[in-house]
Parts: sequence; structure tokens; C-alpha cells
Amino acid sequence: MTKLHSAAELENLRAGILSSRDPAQPCIAVCAGAGCRGADAGRVVGAIEEEIGKPGLADKVNVRATGCHGFCEKGPNVVISPGDICYFEVKPEDVPEILARTIKGEVIERLVYAHPDTGQKAVHLGEVPFYKHQTRLLIGDNPKIDPMRIEDYLALGGYAALSKVLFEMSPGQVLDEVKKANLRGRGGGGFPAGLKWETAKNAPGDDKYVIVNAHEGEPGAFMDRALFTGNPHKVLEGLIIGAYAIGSHRGFIYTRHDSPQLIKHVRNALAQAEEVGLLGENILGTGFDFRVELHFDVGIFVSGESSALMRSIEGNPPEPRPKYIRTSVAGIWDKPSNLNNVETWANVPQIISRGADWYTSIGTERSKGTKLISLSGNVVNSGVVEVPMGTPLRTIVYDIGGGAPGGKAPKAVHFGGPMGGSIPERFIDTPLDFDELAALGAPIGAGGLLVMDEETDMVDVARYFLEFLTNESCGKCVPCREGMRQMLKILTNITIGKGKSGDIGRLEDLSDVTGLACLCALGKTAADPLRSMLRYFRDEYETQIARGSEAGRSETR
Amino acid sequence: MSEALLQIDGKAVKATEGMTVLQAAQQAGISIPTLCHHEQLEPYGVCRICMVEVEVRGRKNYVVSCLYPVARDLVVRTRSEGVDKIRRVILEELLAHAPDSPALVALAQEYGADRDRFEKESSFCILCGLCVRYCAEVKQKNAVGFIEQGPRREISFIPEIASKECWDCQECFALCPTSYAQAAYFLTEALAFPGKRRAGSHSA
Amino acid sequence: MNVSDQAAEPAAARDRKVRTAVMGDDKMDKIIDKHRGKPGSLIHVLMEIQHENHWLPRDVLHKVAEALDVPFGRVLQIATLYKTFSLTPKGRHEVHVCTGISCHLRGAAKLLETVQHVTGIKPGETDAESRFSLETGSCLGSCSLGPEIIVNGTHHARMTPAKVEDVLKDYR
Repeated sequence: MTKLHSAAELENLRAGILSSRDPAQPCIAVCAGAGCRGADAGRVVGAIEEEIGKPGLADKVNVRATGCHGFCEKGPNVVISPGDICYFEVKPEDVPEILARTIKGEVIERLVYAHPDTGQKAVHLGEVPFYKHQTRLLIGDNPKIDPMRIEDYLALGGYAALSKVLFEMSPGQVLDEVKKANLRGRGGGGFPAGLKWETAKNAPGDDKYVIVNAHEGEPGAFMDRALFTGNPHKVLEGLIIGAYAIGSHRGFIYTRHDSPQLIKHVRNALAQAEEVGLLGENILGTGFDFRVELHFDVGIFVSGESSALMRSIEGNPPEPRPKYIRTSVAGIWDKPSNLNNVETWANVPQIISRGADWYTSIGTERSKGTKLISLSGNVVNSGVVEVPMGTPLRTIVYDIGGGAPGGKAPKAVHFGGPMGGSIPERFIDTPLDFDELAALGAPIGAGGLLVMDEETDMVDVARYFLEFLTNESCGKCVPCREGMRQMLKILTNITIGKGKSGDIGRLEDLSDVTGLACLCALGKTAADPLRSMLRYFRDEYETQIARGSEAGRSETR
Repeated sequence: MSEALLQIDGKAVKATEGMTVLQAAQQAGISIPTLCHHEQLEPYGVCRICMVEVEVRGRKNYVVSCLYPVARDLVVRTRSEGVDKIRRVILEELLAHAPDSPALVALAQEYGADRDRFEKESSFCILCGLCVRYCAEVKQKNAVGFIEQGPRREISFIPEIASKECWDCQECFALCPTSYAQAAYFLTEALAFPGKRRAGSHSA
Repeated sequence: MNVSDQAAEPAAARDRKVRTAVMGDDKMDKIIDKHRGKPGSLIHVLMEIQHENHWLPRDVLHKVAEALDVPFGRVLQIATLYKTFSLTPKGRHEVHVCTGISCHLRGAAKLLETVQHVTGIKPGETDAESRFSLETGSCLGSCSLGPEIIVNGTHHARMTPAKVEDVLKDYR
């Protein structure tokens, strides 16, 4: 593909791609995302590639290996367009029939969704209960894109927002739009992105950096990887727009080292964008230069913390710095650095294309837009969910999630992983909202929503998260290392029937001081899950402590 | 360097820009406890015992005074309910390791720390890093360093280097608040290079 | 749930994967030489060697320290700080039991117990015949498949303790 030097050339390219495609020709989209691949989607893709090589098929049907569709529990997932027909738990043996009958325009009944209780079938995506209640502005494009082909993203209107920004808006106007949209950080902070951008933009110095935090470390969170691996260009487009607004010419994408598929897709996307002139020197002929580097971590949770991440990009070990000076003023190599999460960047193109007014019509008063949720744990329909802010948790857990498996009643939901909190089921009508959930002690965090059923031991859950952080803490500062050591010891003793009177007082003291005195956010939030347990499930703790005998762990799966 | 006028415990304190709150306090004769701090070494900020309460633009925060920079109109409190609680619990956490360390015992008395609050730990190292940092920054030998992650973090005398450097130096032993450093050295020597310490003249 | 690719491999190919051997000195030196005099490349170099050699021998750590101009103590600190690095040789098959929170809620603890029993080792260890190395942790984000065991990158999804022996017996 030749380099584009104007908005018109971009639109011509897009028109050319669209005209070469026949929307009536059936297309089979197979999810090759992490969850489905683990369920053997690789062999389904292989079977399709083999089958389509047979004579007479290739010109009648298109095939596409895509990123995560969202309904991970029922993978391998296949979506047939036109019509958005969904097939679930597809096996390689089903492939010849799928191809043959798709070409005929027929639906294979045994592969469509059937409600586990009523047996009611749903053929089209919009009818499947899991998808029906979602608003899939971001993840909805995944089934339509082969992540290794920029043409697919262009066919959906990709990079039109960037073009608008570069040719019709000043950096200040872009910033104003993002501020007006009240886009709040999706990585866990919930901080207004526009304000962060503005701080970096106004900070002294010519060298400014923008960063995609693609280091998804929160256990139970997988939506960033699903989005970025499946649609790398959407995130990249947002990043370039942000760079333009801030005045940055150098960007960084930081991922985990153990995400080979993500790394491969991002590298390819960067190369393709550059080839076409949407990245690199003289983007779309405007004279705006912006280049992006890909970095990955050494394999530790703390690398997702923004100041640790920046140290790592510099070539140092990922150690957080005390935040006495904001990283948007002095970050990588002490230059103004604006870091945002994958999902935050992905929201930017639509804010530009459809406007802040449109964006703010979705959500609540102070939490706008949609939010990606990784729904997992004791839930029937696990996967990547996208709903408007303000959606009651009930909708997510019951209508979308199908409740807890085995007919058990959900007991609690947990947000924010090891740095978050659990709230009891009686709060299930709480809307998905940054501030409302934070007030309850279960801040949204990155969006990992864990459902816990009635058999879950809430002492064990707090113990679990502390054990996780114990293995991720650098060990440098006393309140984190020693605080967690002692809290873990007490909680472990409680779970094995060796609780002592005074344990709750000791736990409270430890969690108070850990929260105030630790060097970084890992330590400061380490006791938050425990704090939420003592707030809502204190009776379980008291009961287990009072139990003097060798009870063992109540989880007996 | 411009001057910064701040308030510590209600007292007006003159400091120079670039100083830390700890430096300003020490200069003004206001005492703040420390464990991992040493004038010859870069401030480390890990024991957290020097934490103080600061107020900036009406917002209160707890910060480590050994690292926090002075600023004009900064309001600092070196003692408060919150500060004292932090110090007490940190001391109790450390006393679980080294209940007889003179430095810890003295502070424990002042802050009402109970040496038996938490279950005892087997290592009496409090990981203040004085030995490691002294060897790196002052002696520039790096004969002792930190290894391992999180709760398993410990100091380690590196036999390849310690066998050549330590016997003639031993300067870190006196810095150690719990006497662990010298115990660690001798244990390493006994296990890794018994009878091979480089005795004799290493004098300048 | 999955048929392992490993079981179909010819014996010769499996033997080549014995991981107690140190990679050739020249290959090692090539990696180190690329970053000579660049202390900022320490983690990168260690990761590359770990990826190729599956463990970091002590003499290699000394080589890295000398070439990159980093104190040996610092290299040792980094090598022991991150669980990505191994200072002991690994077994032929790396068994990873996911103990992420979602897998934990779905029963990973009991699964791990069984894996420990069948392999005879605990997380972080390698057995005496260098057959298995066991690791836990690091949620890989395939939570819908939980609880799972990942052996040499192959996912064995929705595991139960009863299936463990069957799954592992094919990894020789």
C-alpha cells in the first residue's frame, strides 16, 4: 500500500477497500482470541483454512480469524455475517458443515445458543442474552476485524477521526473535546484523561511522551488484552490523536512479556500504519511526526503501576517512585509523560467522530461512556462485557452473566482485584459508576468483576489477595513487606481454625498503617480487600476466629 | 538557592530550596526518628518511621520526611495521632524480628510499641539497607547486596567479593541496628570460604 | 480437554529439549555482546538468556555483570527478584497451574494440591529427573477456561483433580 498524503487519499483508499468487498457474500469470523485459543480454536481455524482450500468454496465465502468476540465461556466462537449468526463451542469437525450450509444461507441449529434452563434458542447476536444487554461500542468491532489487516479497520471507518483531528481541529480543540466528554481513566484511577493531557501539554519542555499502559496484571482482568489484541488500530488511533493534542512526537506501548499474540499484533499494526503513512514522519502529509516503540515487562504485577512502568521503559527495574512530582510533569527521563490505559485510548476516536455531546449522553452524571468488564469467577457466562456506565450490577451478573452456576446464589461481587473490594449481593442494584462503587469500598479498578457464590469463604478471599500481593511486592518498605506478612499469617491462621482473640484488632491496625505508610500504590491498597471484608462480612471472620477447632478450609471443590 | 519558609510543629522554620523536611527539621533542632537514614548515604525512605503529616493547599497527607522536599508555606506536624500510630505499628512489625535491638527498644518505649504484638519472625534483619548502601555508595565494593523478592528479601554477602574485601573493612557492622550484618558475614564466611578470609594488611 | 502436541512428537525432538544443558558459550556471548557497556540493558539481556537457556547459571551472571558494567550484586539482585528468572535448571516440561483469582474461585487450590502430588514437586521446583518444573500464579487472562493447567504453553482447560494424572502422563 502506498503512503497517504491527504485526507482525500485516505478516503479514496477506504472507498477502494469497501468497493472490493461484497457485503452480501457470507463471512465466517472465528474468534482466535486467548480464551478461544485455549479452547482449541486454533484447530478450528486450521480446519477452516484447510476446508476453504477445497475447490469451489473460496469465492463463495470469506473467512476471518479475529480477536475476542466476548463470550469466552462458550468458545470457540464463530459469527456469520450478514445476519450476525452466532455459533458456540464450535469443533474442528463442525467446519465442513459450517462452510457448506453458510454458503446456502442456512443455520445449523445445534450450534446456536440455547438457554441452559429454558432451552430457548437465539440465533442472532442481538438475541443472545449475553450480548443482548450490552452496548458494544468498543469490543463490538472485534468480530469484524482480522487484527493483522489494517484494511479491515479502515473498512469500518478507522482513522477517520485522526484525519478529522489533523485537518479540521487544533490541538487545543481536541483537548477541549476530550475534557468536555469527561473521559475518565479506565485503568483503575478513574482520573479525568483530559486533565492529565492538559497537565502534560502545559508542562515545560518540548519532549513529551504518550504511553499506552497495556500491562494488564489484575488477576481476573482480560478485557484490555481482548480489545488490544483484537483491534490494535483503534487504540493506536486514539494514541496518535492524543499525541497531537499534547504535542508529543514519541509514544510507547508497554505490554506484558507473556502476551506473544498481543505483541505480534501490535508490532504488525505499527508497521502497517507506518507503511500507509498514518504513523511515523509526516502523517497524512500534515507534517506531524509521531513514532511509537513497543516495550514489555520482566514479569511482575507492579510493572502496571505508572511510575514503575516508566522506570522500566527507561531501562531500569520497574520500581515505583513516590508521587511527589506528577509523572505528567516529570515521567520518563523526567519529561512530561501522559500515560493512559488501553481502553481509555480506545475511547478517543469515537469521542472525536461522534462528539463529546454524544459521548456524555451515555452513562451517569460523572461516569460517561461505556465500560469493558471482565466477568468471571462463579458465573455461568464469563467473558468480556461492555455496558454503559450506570448499568445496574444486577444486569451484568444476572441478565448477562446468567448468575452463578449450579443453581447457587451469588454472595458477593468483587471489583479491583487485589487492590479493590467485595460488596455483598444486597448491593446488586448499584449502578456501574466510578464514584458510587468507590464509596462502597469496591472501586471499579480496571473492570474485572468477580462473582462469588454462597460457598465462598470471605476470609479465604482476603487471604488469597494478600498472598498474591506478597508474591508481587518488591519488599523494600516495612509497612508493605511486614504488614502483609503479619496480615497473611493472621488470616491463614484464621482459615485453619487457629484464630485468636484480638486478631481483628491486629488486622485493623495493620491495614490502617499499610494504607497510610507504604511507598507505592501496591502497598497502600494491599489491605483494601480485607477492609471491605471487615466492613461487610465481619461476622464470617468472627465466627471463624471463635471456632477453636481444626476446621480446615471451607472451600472443598 | 531560594529560601523556603515552612512551619514545623507550629514553629516557623527557614530552609533552603532543595532541602528535605528532615533536613530542615534537624537544622531547626526538631527531632524526627529515623532507622534507615544516614548522613553519608542517599536517603532511602523504606523504614517509614520518619513519616510526618504535611498539609498542602488544605489537603493532609503522610509523607516520609527524609525524601519530601520543603516548600514555601508547607505545614508539617512531626507528631499526631496518625503519625504516632504509624510509628507504633511499624515498630511492632520490626520488633517481631529484632525485639532486643537497642534502637528499636528505645523507640518502642517512646511510642508505646508492644514487642509481643505480632508473631515472632526468625530473621532479625530489619532490611534497613544501611550495610548494602554503605558498601555500594561509600566503599564502592558492593560486597553485600539485597536478593530475593518481597517477604523473602534478605541481605547477602557475595562470597566472591566478601572473601576479598570484608575482613579488612567491617565498617558496616557498626552501622547495623540489630547486629545481623556481622552475623550474616560470619555465617557466609563459614559456609562459603572458611579459613580463606584475606587477613593482613589492606591499609591504604 | 485438549490433545497435547507433545505426545505426537518423536523421541529425538523431545530429547533435544532437555533443559539442563547450558546453551553454547558463543550464543551466550552474542547476546551479551549486543549490550556491552549498556547497564540499562541488564533486564533485557537476562530475559533473552532466560528465554533461550531456560535458566541463568552463576558464571553467566558474572559475565553479564562484567560486560554491562553493573556490580555483580546488582545482577544477582535482579536475577533473584523476578520470578521470570530461574537460577536453577528447568525440567523438560514447564507445568503452570493458574492460581489467578477466577481460577481460585473455581477450585485451583485443590487442583494444585493434586498436581503437586502427581509431580512430586512444589511451585518453583524441578523434579530429580528434570521431567517437570512447576509454577503458579500470573493470571494469563483466559479466565473462562479455569481452572486450568498450562503445560509448555498448551492450555488444559476446565481441569479437575481427577483429570490431572491423565493429562500429565503423556509428558515424558
